[in-house]
Amino acid sequence: MALQAIAFYVMATVTVFAALAVVLAKNPVHSVLFLITAFFSAAGLFVLLGAEFLAMLLVVVYVGAVAVLFLFVVMMLDVDFVALRQGFARYLPIGGVIAGILTIEMIVVATMVATKGAASRVSGPQASLPDVTNAETIGRVLYTDYVYFFQAAGLVLLVAMIGAIVLTLRHKPGVRRQNVSAQTARNPKSGMRMVDIQPGAGEGE
Amino acid sequence: MTLSDLNVAAPELILAGSALLLLMWGAFQGRSNFAYGAAAVLALVAAACAAALGVQGRIFSGGLIADDLSAFAKVFIYGFSAVSIPLGERWLQRRGDNKFEFNVLIILAALGMGMMVSAGDLIALYIGIELQSLALYVLAAFRRDDAKASEAGLKYFVLGALSSGLLLYGASLIYGFAGSTQFPVIAEAVSQGAGGGVLFGLVFLICGIAFKVSAAPFHMWTPDVYEGAPTPVVGFFAAAPKLAAMVLLARVLSEGFGSALEQWRQVIVAMALLSIFVGAFGGLVQRNLKRLWAYSSIANIGYALLGLAAGAEVGVQSMLLFMVLYMVDVTGFFACLSALQRDGKPMETIDDMAGLIKERPALALALTAFALSALGLPPFAGFWAKYYVFKAAIGGGLTVAAVLGLVGSVVAAFYYLRLIKVMWFDPTVGATERPPFEARSVAVAAALFSFPAVLVALVWLDPLAKAAAAVLG
Repeated sequence: MALQAIAFYVMATVTVFAALAVVLAKNPVHSVLFLITAFFSAAGLFVLLGAEFLAMLLVVVYVGAVAVLFLFVVMMLDVDFVALRQGFARYLPIGGVIAGILTIEMIVVATMVATKGAASRVSGPQASLPDVTNAETIGRVLYTDYVYFFQAAGLVLLVAMIGAIVLTLRHKPGVRRQNVSAQTARNPKSGMRMVDIQPGAGEGE
Repeated sequence: MTLSDLNVAAPELILAGSALLLLMWGAFQGRSNFAYGAAAVLALVAAACAAALGVQGRIFSGGLIADDLSAFAKVFIYGFSAVSIPLGERWLQRRGDNKFEFNVLIILAALGMGMMVSAGDLIALYIGIELQSLALYVLAAFRRDDAKASEAGLKYFVLGALSSGLLLYGASLIYGFAGSTQFPVIAEAVSQGAGGGVLFGLVFLICGIAFKVSAAPFHMWTPDVYEGAPTPVVGFFAAAPKLAAMVLLARVLSEGFGSALEQWRQVIVAMALLSIFVGAFGGLVQRNLKRLWAYSSIANIGYALLGLAAGAEVGVQSMLLFMVLYMVDVTGFFACLSALQRDGKPMETIDDMAGLIKERPALALALTAFALSALGLPPFAGFWAKYYVFKAAIGGGLTVAAVLGLVGSVVAAFYYLRLIKVMWFDPTVGATERPPFEARSVAVAAALFSFPAVLVALVWLDPLAKAAAAVLG
């Protein structure tokens, strides 16, 4: 138990400080690296909760794909981060007010959870059977009870793909593409042109 | 559940299947043409028939509900989506931009809207909204070489993503405190007094949906997006998605939070009145007709919300009738706008419309009908729409709100009358181009509905909406 508590506090502290550093770091590449740190320690918290599958997803999807994508974007797009920060002082008061309201709300909700206990009134989702891992539990419902949501989410991704293609794909005119069948079908007749050159006149081209 | 239960999902399966087939066909064909557009319209009509005549039931443990309410909404949603395909496709073709994806995106958006009105679960609600919105973001920016359209798409996307975040936050709070994402279970938890946490979540959920229907104070994206997006696409935006989101809101509130009526009613009434006044006063200074009608749509959503706030069966019925009559008007209005051109430029400001009655009498008469209808003058469709809403609101004990709503509609009358005055009495500015056939016919048909046909249509719309509303009653 003590070991778990130590692990929890270490990882929770790292998560909070890494998240702060994401916002406060001067260098955007450092921000992304801190983001990865935050994801990793959040994954550790999931493991402590007994949700190994979510922890793995967090590492694979967020660290493996999303954060690396961020890194590419930060490195490849020449965004002037100094200019982006210039409104900082101007937007600080309104941003502070909104952040304050959100903090109060979070505290209210958290105390409600702590005092009454979320989902204490109804028979909510039950803890999974002891001999079944949570990856297996998710696997059992994903293609059965939740197949509709799963397929519908697939359609959402399809729309995103169509959208990306519609908005960015450009067919440039005059691009010379390799056409293998035309190349192999070429014979002396189509590949050569016989020109009868008059002495002293030269060929046009 | 067995495989035969999938009959309930027939409209969704038809639309999803035809979207995939059309995508394949389009990949080989490249550009949209008459046959391609006709196939897309056919798919939507088939889905509407399946929704109207098909089996009813709840499948996927309440994730997909087919009942009278969803059938009513789906028929109109698919119908208006089908109308927007020829309008938009021909409009884009005249500008040499008729990519086939337009049809596919409209079908997928219609699919998302159908999922919204059938949702009996928070996950289905969110996925439906997201499917619909993502398709709409792309449609707003469909003319990517047009700076204004790109701006519209980007604004819509960023603010839409923000609203989705609010909605998800609310949904997760509700799930946490009620213990389930299914509406009936949530209702049980609420009736046992689930307390503040659920209501917290509900307010966020309402805010997220209010963004999608552009109700004040979440309306700020509407004028910019309507101004920049392609005109026929705006006609689509302003109609079907709003009905879908309103029906979704009605279902969440009555199926999930019926016993907390007193708590959410004040939020809905506040949003309704704010929308009516923002729409009325914001429209006064607009010269661009697309922006003007954006404010008009904000005000109209206010009236629909007022009907919803009246609660019970009558309230939902008035909201459904209001939305259907509003959808006909707004589709006709944007069909007129997409038909009118002068010297190769779209006529979009009030000044462009000067003396239109001498140039294009049919379209000017249609625009007059839409303006009078939006104004709420009897016997036009808009009058009947407002009549139902105010009757329900007064019956539901919201007399003060109803009176304030009437005041708002008097203020808004100014800009509708100004448009009519400019069209009828100002000297003409120059010759307009010949309006294209399909936009003109949609405009004239909608105008004819708005005046004489509505009197006949209400005779059968009224019991249909009543039956649909009875599901939630």
